[in-house]
Amino acid sequence: MPVNNENWKPTIVAFCCNWCSYAGADLAGSSRLAYPADVKIIKVPCSCRVNPMFILRAFEKGADGVILCGCHPGDCHYSTGNYYARRRMTLLFSMLDYLGIEEGRTRVEWVSAAEGVKFSETMNSFVEKVRTLGPSVRLGDLRCKN
Amino acid sequence: MQELIHRAKSLLESGEVSRVLGWKKGENVFDVEPAFFATAEELENFVYNGFCGANLSKYMIEASTWEGKTLVFLKPCDTYSFNQLCKEHRIDREKAYIIGVGCKGKLKAEKLGAENILDVQGAGYPDCSDTLKVTTLYGEQEVAYKDAMLERCHVCKGKEHQVYDELIGESVDTCDADRFAEVAKIEAMSPEEKFAFFQAELSKCIRCNACRNVCPACSCRKCIFDSTKFDSNQKANTTSFEEKMFHIIRAFHVAGRCTDCGECSRVCPQGIPLHLFNRKFIKDINNLYGEYQAGVDIDAKAPLTSFRTDDAEPGVGRG
Ligand code: SF4
Ligand code: SF4
Ligand code: SF4
Ligand code: FES
Repeated sequence: MPVNNENWKPTIVAFCCNWCSYAGADLAGSSRLAYPADVKIIKVPCSCRVNPMFILRAFEKGADGVILCGCHPGDCHYSTGNYYARRRMTLLFSMLDYLGIEEGRTRVEWVSAAEGVKFSETMNSFVEKVRTLGPSVRLGDLRCKN
Repeated sequence: MQELIHRAKSLLESGEVSRVLGWKKGENVFDVEPAFFATAEELENFVYNGFCGANLSKYMIEASTWEGKTLVFLKPCDTYSFNQLCKEHRIDREKAYIIGVGCKGKLKAEKLGAENILDVQGAGYPDCSDTLKVTTLYGEQEVAYKDAMLERCHVCKGKEHQVYDELIGESVDTCDADRFAEVAKIEAMSPEEKFAFFQAELSKCIRCNACRNVCPACSCRKCIFDSTKFDSNQKANTTSFEEKMFHIIRAFHVAGRCTDCGECSRVCPQGIPLHLFNRKFIKDINNLYGEYQAGVDIDAKAPLTSFRTDDAEPGVGRG
């Protein structure tokens, strides 16, 4: 449901792993790189801590877009966590597409502790994408046909 | 059917098995229900016909905790679930004596296209006929056996039993459709069409939890859809989250473990094509991570508990 209201700001939830992406967000902050204040960062020990249900729950709680950030493949602090996360998110996102939830409300991005710039760019582009999609309605309406 | 009863009796009498897991007669020919039989006399009520679609594998979880072996009758598709449950250490192979029964396709009473049914002729096993004669309060009508078959029989994975101790009865090939054709059709729709389709289907759900209860992959001791407030195995404390996401969550919980046994779609009182969820995951897994059929190889690595370093990235290939 695209909105015309220029001032509408999407609510974005970003799950960031403690070791790389959260540090990347920190670096973005200390380097004074701008990213929208509507991004709510939730720190997780590792990207694979994110149960697919967390993503759904974030939408239920009002998120318009949910992004998962972790260490680059091969660099996970726990060696392989992000490989498992990758398969889970691939399947979950594919299912959401299949159900007709607008593509682009979910994303996975690998951001290292040194990539403050990538973090801020990723958030800016993700927020912009979700802003064009408008508020998330469909997931909550999946079972509401009169 | 007599052959099955005969074998059950002799296995009980020899002491090889302590009980039999099969089906017992109901009021009508299609009202068969899964049941345990402890003695030869009880087998009087044993029945086996085209309506014995239920997958008995899940009952073996409980039976695995009992003394002695249980004789269980499994169709080819049921044996995948049995294997999967062994893989997950939910049932004990040593506690089961498996008679693999041949299959000529199983029937769904709702597909007979009749009400007030008094009797159905031609739905026996092994002797069934191509045309079923349905006697109703209002007279007789005929329906092709094939037309009354469960959806899953039209996309049957094959008539090979994956695990058994002995085999009884012949099978016929019932597969006449592509298992993933319906999924592919939906994939080709626009997001709006997809959403309209699933919204219409899922809005019918009454949250009876029958799909969860029947599913062999849903064998968690404590399910997230159980009530935390009441000592009941049914949902009661539903939150809106649970209500809305039920189907996605359940499909995800069984992803990589669902054998596509078809039980969820068979039991849904609202006729929701639940297989469309599970098969979507199976199709994706096959495409992205290599062909995988749950319940074939007990030692195989499950797709969601393994990875390759060059796996596809989430959402790659989206518009
Ligand atoms: S989800 Fe459905 S098809 Fe899959 S194992 Fe469970 S009951 Fe069978
Ligand atoms: S829905 Fe999930 S938690 Fe419940 S039994 Fe199935 S797999 Fe287990
Ligand atoms: S069996 Fe059908 S109606 Fe019952 S909970 Fe499952 S999907 Fe809903
Ligand atoms: S610790 Fe960062 S993805 Fe595992």
